[in-house]
Amino acid sequence: MKKYSVFSLIRNGLSYHQNWAEAWRSPEPKAEYDAVVVGGGGHGLATAYYLAAEHGMGNIAVLEKGWIGGGNTGRNTTIVRSNYLWDEAAHLYEWSLKLWEGLSQELNYNVMFSQRGVLNLGHNLQDMRDISRRVNANRLNGIDGELIDANGVKKLVPMIELNGATRYPIHGASYQPRAGTARHDAVAWGYARGADARGVDIIQQCEVTGIRREDGKVVGVETSRGFIRTPKVGVVVAGNASVLADMAGIRLPLESHPLQALVSEPMKPILDTVVMSNAVHGYISQSDKGELVIGAGIDSYTGYGQRGSFSVIEGTIQAIVEMFPIFSRVRMLRQWGGIVDTAPDACPIISRTPVQGLYFNCGWGTGGFKATPGSGWVFAHTMARDEPHELNAPFSLERFHTGHLIDEHGAAGVAH
Amino acid sequence: MLQITCPWCGPRDETEFHYGGEAHIARPSDPYALSDEQWADYLYMRKNTRGPHLEQWSHAAGCRRWFVVQRDTVSYQILGTYTLAEAPREVSHDPA
Repeated sequence: MKKYSVFSLIRNGLSYHQNWAEAWRSPEPKAEYDAVVVGGGGHGLATAYYLAAEHGMGNIAVLEKGWIGGGNTGRNTTIVRSNYLWDEAAHLYEWSLKLWEGLSQELNYNVMFSQRGVLNLGHNLQDMRDISRRVNANRLNGIDGELIDANGVKKLVPMIELNGATRYPIHGASYQPRAGTARHDAVAWGYARGADARGVDIIQQCEVTGIRREDGKVVGVETSRGFIRTPKVGVVVAGNASVLADMAGIRLPLESHPLQALVSEPMKPILDTVVMSNAVHGYISQSDKGELVIGAGIDSYTGYGQRGSFSVIEGTIQAIVEMFPIFSRVRMLRQWGGIVDTAPDACPIISRTPVQGLYFNCGWGTGGFKATPGSGWVFAHTMARDEPHELNAPFSLERFHTGHLIDEHGAAGVAH
Repeated sequence: MLQITCPWCGPRDETEFHYGGEAHIARPSDPYALSDEQWADYLYMRKNTRGPHLEQWSHAAGCRRWFVVQRDTVSYQILGTYTLAEAPREVSHDPA
């Protein structure tokens, strides 16, 4: 791997940027690997990267049915935060946020992590009580957070509407200054480049069609490019987790829903933080290109179609315009949907399964992007050692029958 | 937006309806006889079908009755709507 630096930039500038080396190879799949990661999104690539970088497993492959980063990694609103209520979730997301803080240096790839802060608004007395409880819980867990009143919100976001005839007036917010946004593609590409440099084969256009097992153990995966033998399979396929689980005869407590988002035409800088509201269902930030990035709640029905109903977008836009009347004439440029795998407690499943050598990392629902580094880090540990790290031990598949659910519907945000 | 045909009221916009998830999940008749795994299976585990799916909807802003819809979860095409009494138990994989 050629290191990216100011010197490589100058050197390549002298040849009109025609001679940059490819960031990762596109190898043919080998007949056998020590481990296979199914799903080349951010989480899958991060898993492969940490398997190679932290656990010395270089002879592994990432299988992606489309192109890397083309699923939910490329379809989210790039918000990164760690202000979750319960200890288990707070520790996992905070570890992820800490990895984000050093990620561009670690990967030698600019993931454009911008700690511009995130506001979670409260619109009534009960919202403010919930927010206050969550901020206090965060601070006890060593996570930054502040409770601010309506004037404090106005100071950070001057064009927000506080005094108009709004149906849901803004009473205050929680504010996490270390939270922010990152560049979604760069995360996938950075991890892909880092993993490739450590020997990982990233195989695109390769769909897994079956999981072959013998005596309750994984022996390999059937793919659209032939059988690949391996003793360890890690499945990180978000919305399609149930489809892969079905191939191995496992039932998961997941339902896949469309989650939509949209962006506006690019504008001059106007919003330098992230504003989220659970109550009126909308979240908004401004990308480095100047587009307003707006997210919605999930569509109520299950679906794999990567699109949803227009009524959900309509509701989201109503919420945004009520909070920001100044945006009422902004034109929207693009709109899309991703397929999110929601779990009953709004928390992920990062777990071994009843099939030996088969691991699942799923159930991230509406909030997986923020956890990309931490998710890959703990899942790599789980796959390499065949036991969970203490950070992801609570997020096992068994919690649904032991009853140790981690109810994060409040902190998971807008979408469910 | 989906257009759903309520078996009693006829075709209406999706916004009049409330989604109720996978159809035909029967509450176990004797919960105390079940293991924790079996109870969790009833409570939480779902088929989450990719393709033709039998699901419950309620006409929340209309007659308020529950019924069953067969819908393709990839194309979102509605393949049929049924009262609970007449709903098929198995999904049809060949809607034509």
